[in-house]
Amino acid sequence: MKVLLTQVGYLARRSVARTFRQPANIVFSFFFPLLLLAVNSGGLDAAARIPGFPSDSFLDFALAFTFMQGALFATTNAGTDLARDIQTGFLNRLALTPLRSAALLAGQLAGIVALAVLQSILYLSVGLAAGVRFESGPLGIVVLLSLAVLIAIGFGAIGAFLALRTGSGEAVQALFPLLFVTLFLSSMNMPRNLIETDWFRTVATINPVSYLIEGMRSLVIIGWDAEALALGFGLGAAVAVVALAASSFALKARLARS
Amino acid sequence: MKAFRSVALAVAWRSLHNAFTNPAILLPSLLFPLFFFTAFAGGLSRVGEVPGFDFPSGYTAFQFVFVFLQSAAFGGVFTGFAIARDFESGFTRRLFLAATRRSGILAGYAISALVRWIFTASVVTAVALVAGMQVGGSGVDLFGLVVLGLLVNMVAVLWAAGVAMRMRTMQAGPLMQVPVFLTLFLAPVYVPLALLDGWIHAVASVNPATFFLEAGRGLISGEPTETAVAFGLALAALALFVVWAQRSLRRAEASGA
Amino acid sequence: MTDEHGIEVAGLVREFKGGIRAVDGIDLRVAPGEIYGFLGPNGAGKSTTVHMLTTLLPPTAGTARVAGHDIVREAPQVRAAIGAALQEAALDPLLTGREHLRLQTAMHGIAREERARRSVALLERVGLTDAADRKVKTYSGGMKRRLDLALALVHDPRIVFLDEPTTGLDPQSRSALWIEVGRLAKEEGVTVFLTTQYLEEADVLADRVGIIDHGHIVAEGTPAALKAEIGRPSVEAVPADPEDREAVARTLARFGELQPGSPRGIAVRLSGGEGALAGIVRALDAEGLPVEHLQLHAPTLDDVFLAKTGRSLEGAAEEEESEAEPVTA
Repeated sequence: MKVLLTQVGYLARRSVARTFRQPANIVFSFFFPLLLLAVNSGGLDAAARIPGFPSDSFLDFALAFTFMQGALFATTNAGTDLARDIQTGFLNRLALTPLRSAALLAGQLAGIVALAVLQSILYLSVGLAAGVRFESGPLGIVVLLSLAVLIAIGFGAIGAFLALRTGSGEAVQALFPLLFVTLFLSSMNMPRNLIETDWFRTVATINPVSYLIEGMRSLVIIGWDAEALALGFGLGAAVAVVALAASSFALKARLARS
Repeated sequence: MKAFRSVALAVAWRSLHNAFTNPAILLPSLLFPLFFFTAFAGGLSRVGEVPGFDFPSGYTAFQFVFVFLQSAAFGGVFTGFAIARDFESGFTRRLFLAATRRSGILAGYAISALVRWIFTASVVTAVALVAGMQVGGSGVDLFGLVVLGLLVNMVAVLWAAGVAMRMRTMQAGPLMQVPVFLTLFLAPVYVPLALLDGWIHAVASVNPATFFLEAGRGLISGEPTETAVAFGLALAALALFVVWAQRSLRRAEASGA
Repeated sequence: MTDEHGIEVAGLVREFKGGIRAVDGIDLRVAPGEIYGFLGPNGAGKSTTVHMLTTLLPPTAGTARVAGHDIVREAPQVRAAIGAALQEAALDPLLTGREHLRLQTAMHGIAREERARRSVALLERVGLTDAADRKVKTYSGGMKRRLDLALALVHDPRIVFLDEPTTGLDPQSRSALWIEVGRLAKEEGVTVFLTTQYLEEADVLADRVGIIDHGHIVAEGTPAALKAEIGRPSVEAVPADPEDREAVARTLARFGELQPGSPRGIAVRLSGGEGALAGIVRALDAEGLPVEHLQLHAPTLDDVFLAKTGRSLEGAAEEEESEAEPVTA
């Protein structure tokens, strides 16, 4: 058991170091969501005056979306990093160790998790500095952080799954626009009940991303909304569990092939 | 002149041939504007109920103008990517060797960007009309809107071409894209300028894109506003970026393509 | 004297960032209808020279006239008169062979009616008729080179530049290309400026050879004349026991001038003819100096390179591979 932990620890350190040695990726994933937040909250501030809008500050409303974008970058970063390990044959070397594949995966994802934590702290800090008020108070901030990291784990695992199935960093990158679209077809910019266009509202209602965002958002603009939090954490956990399981299987399949 | 024309048409032919026979090249530039139109006009249509929002042609037309001009701008940037790719693969060397008038190469890329945008814009317009967009402008107004789009497309392609020729690598992509993105989004995207507040109002007030958007929206609703300023700015920008692109071409030549 | 089919170069220099002089003052002249072979290891400055002469890169100093036009002040006229097939074929994988020809003929302003006729003729000439309508990404290396050659000829240029045209090709494709190049010059009077790192290619094809090393021309002339300059045959001996090196060297020195040789061998340029070989064998035997390897060399262009630079061309090729290439500014 101790040996196992040491090995996972080694992989985790490597993963973290590698993630932070790619400044271009980091800068982009740290600042692009903030840029979008600034632009959207500035441009849509007037939307808070729509009758029935659940918050009087669009910034408060929109903050949750930055964490979702962070999760999306976790997907592509995890995917491309793992794809590189596959292409260079590093993964095969790891397979020769007594590490179980689940632990292998955990180690690989550690860097992404570290990045997600830092990102989330940054977004929170910027939001608070810009005047965001948490209806759920300081405890709510902690809960938001944990939900954001949970979502990042799940999405990182999706990226890992894609990498393990395709073995190609380019394929993972090519899926980025598709995932981005999935984010947009949600209640990211407008509460579901205020979406006029029927088909759009239907898609947003079916899209799990809506509930992930709403779970995080509720902590900011509502306070303690049991239903929203249950849905957010529930779906976040579900995505994480399914994605991790799928990645585990994909990893086993890939190692068996080689 | 004849040499310039042969080169320009040949380069344009090849770019268009590649774009229209390869979905991987054509689809992104077509799907992105459609996606934005859907997300903004579809998802955000309730914004039309914000107190003080009284655009006569409705929110769909309001957003259509943004998407129309955005597709023009990004179409230009995508052509910049293609130029960078040609440098990286060495294909530009062939063009530089064969062309007696190398500025014809630049013209060829610009022509292909224009044709591609006309195609994209037609599809986006058709979709908007099917979605029930109301058009208040006359034929002349709408023609004005198209010309505005063409100017934006040309400015964007010259900007991106200049970057591509100076950097000569696909890694220049973000450098081409981010300024265009910022220019487009630090403008009245979701609501008119009058309904913007604080820092974004200040920035948008001096952003040329704001003039293009407001003029375009005036044209489509049949209540032209700031049209002369917008066209003046667009033409000035065009002149500026022609010089930028030409200088960048000289730079690329001096460095050996 | 300017000539519409020739090349004249005077003091041409190209310096890159960091003061690296890839071409460090070269002079050469290529007569009309001649095949001029530019021979040298990787990194010697061959491609840089070609890029300057084809107006792809401006020189830092010096002048050159190609087809009677100055490469800097009359660059468009130079381009109209020359064709070039460069080291990387610069083809678009998404276009077919025929579409490439269409593009090239259109760029050169060839009349529409004439384009198809020329394309068909050139495809036939390089043996790509059957593959003409396949995308270039399906072509082999040899096929790409042949297409590149065809593209270089669409506008009937008076001068053709070929930058390492057979590098990476199989022997069959190489021979086919040699035949075609020979035809171009001998039957059509096209001037050919050919760069290569292969001695055999320069030896077989070129009317005259210029040998370049570290940006300088170190020797120029017909292959026969250059070899005759080095002239006499040489013998190289590799002692079985490395301790015997000096003794072997002293023995060999009796038969001629000692020369730089391979790392383990000692070479001597014979004062007499090849018959001295028997004498060398007897002398080494008499001294009790066993040799692992004994070889008689008739002079080759590599010997010429060796004599001028102190390095073997093939050895230099390996050495250059591990050195950084000058970075294009």
